[in-house]
Amino acid sequence: MSEVGNLHAESHGSHGGAGHAHGEPHQPVFVGAARRELDELLARYPTKMAALLPALWIVQNARGWVSEASMVETADVLGLTPAYVKGVVTFYTMYNQHPVARHFIQVCTTSPCGACGAEDVVKAFLRHTRCGELGVASPDGRFQVIEVECLGACGFATPVMINADFIESVTAERVPEILAGLD
Amino acid sequence: MGYPHQPHARETLVLSQYFGDRDAVGLAGWRKRGGYEMLEKALGTKEADLVQTVKDSGLRGRGGAGFPTGVKWSFMKPGDGKPHYLCCNADESEPGTFKDREIMRWTPHALVEGVAIGAYAIGAETSYVYIRGEFTEPLQRVGAAIEEAYKAGILGKNAMGSGRTVHVHVHKGAGAYICGEETALMNSIEGRRGNPRIKPPFPAVAGLFGQPTTINNVETLAAVPHILRHGADWYKKFGRADNPKSTGTKLYSVCGNVARPGNYEMVMGFPFKDFLYDVCGGPPAGRQWKAIIPGGVSVPIMTMDEAEATLMDYEGFVANGTMLGSGGVICYDDRQCMVRHIARIARFFAHESCAQCTQCREGTAWVTKIMERIEAGDGSMEDLDTLLELSENMTGKTICVLSDSCATPVVSGIKKFRHEFEAHITQRRCPMRTAAAA
Repeated sequence: MSEVGNLHAESHGSHGGAGHAHGEPHQPVFVGAARRELDELLARYPTKMAALLPALWIVQNARGWVSEASMVETADVLGLTPAYVKGVVTFYTMYNQHPVARHFIQVCTTSPCGACGAEDVVKAFLRHTRCGELGVASPDGRFQVIEVECLGACGFATPVMINADFIESVTAERVPEILAGLD
Repeated sequence: MGYPHQPHARETLVLSQYFGDRDAVGLAGWRKRGGYEMLEKALGTKEADLVQTVKDSGLRGRGGAGFPTGVKWSFMKPGDGKPHYLCCNADESEPGTFKDREIMRWTPHALVEGVAIGAYAIGAETSYVYIRGEFTEPLQRVGAAIEEAYKAGILGKNAMGSGRTVHVHVHKGAGAYICGEETALMNSIEGRRGNPRIKPPFPAVAGLFGQPTTINNVETLAAVPHILRHGADWYKKFGRADNPKSTGTKLYSVCGNVARPGNYEMVMGFPFKDFLYDVCGGPPAGRQWKAIIPGGVSVPIMTMDEAEATLMDYEGFVANGTMLGSGGVICYDDRQCMVRHIARIARFFAHESCAQCTQCREGTAWVTKIMERIEAGDGSMEDLDTLLELSENMTGKTICVLSDSCATPVVSGIKKFRHEFEAHITQRRCPMRTAAAA
């Protein structure tokens, strides 16, 4: 994906606080239940390569992000090259290429939400999480806020995703209450 | 979350009749409402007859392009010895559009039934529903519906005892607008980067895994069981008597500055003025509208004069210089700076460009840079000429239409709101900033 300026922090900085430091020995993802899940997925497609996106979701669900070592493992189980897998991972913005904070907050700021106050929602999250700026984890490591493109819920502006939770109709005023519900 | 849905009296509820009805979500409740009766009927009907019924109904693609669905299905030749595939496009990512999301949240079995009927009609044993990764609830609901349908023998190797194989699987996207483009969607299912493919070959010849493939939008497929139940003539009645090219009902997602945002289901040909001011409740209290984008950010922006003269169908929007598109209606009131919004839309396309075509990769980024410069008060009058020239070179020259889609709001914006662009340039600031205290 082409990058224009740095307003969007979707290529997250390595400031996340999830505790999966680079350089630790890789513990395989595709063992036990995850391996069985992958085998079930493989039966749905005529090629092994087609299971790549779902396999990367298994990795991200298990680890919170997709590390270089996970890409090598995924390539190995699907008979692909690590470079090919990396090419796919880097195309799709939802695969985290770095660890993210415990609460990864994604705020839609595309035009329809922008017309309904999305910028104020972003500011409120940055202030109340004490993150200060987009993409940077909060001092306590709990939060990370980014702007994202259209989440497909424009009539319920502003939609916000916090990890897998999809929250509709978020206003700047609701932000403290939403954050208070997070550990 | 805006529901339970309170339909307006002037809506015509077909697809949306069970929105907000929690009992309709599960299989038992869905069956009480006639669910899967039409699949059973379809499985006992000749494929060609089903295709003919859909052709006769006049149903056209609801994802944006408006291609006649029955004609698309007729490109598939059952019995050619090749595996066929049906892909359901549930990547709903066009800013302003959130209708498929509601179909999947409230009536996931309606979609599964439509997919199964479509798959049978085109001779496909396997179908994939490609749902964008951000749609956590639709993913869960459609996944659960498919599981229920397998357990009940509706899907599987002997679907409803017909002896036919009907497999339906969810394929979860991972954050890429371009995967809503049909050939990019197929690449994404195959485990590739979501780059659109050059056409021809068209998907019906060489699509998913190189095999004959049909791609239909969620809303299109969800309409099919209703057409089978009530007949093609019933469906055709929803529309203007003088325009047989647009038939049926259409879901419109309404957002931005509007009194009652949400989804509305209207017959083809309904007056857009009545829709905006009556059905949707007009602009927020005390405001005036200045612009409407009627079909997602890829279609030309309308002035209020144009919007108020429009009849809502494929031809009606074209007659007023824009397109029905996805039915994502975005309303902008007098507090909004059009230059700022067009800049933001350009940034969206620059972010979502897959970057394989030069005109798109360079053009979307360049347009964004110029638009943001003008919005910041650093633009020149020559920038407007550059934007128009750039836009011309971004139109009709690339593998897919993302590049064209970026040029569209820029060209229509400069044409219709040139005074706002010029005010930014001459005043060297955004004239709206102080007014809106933004």
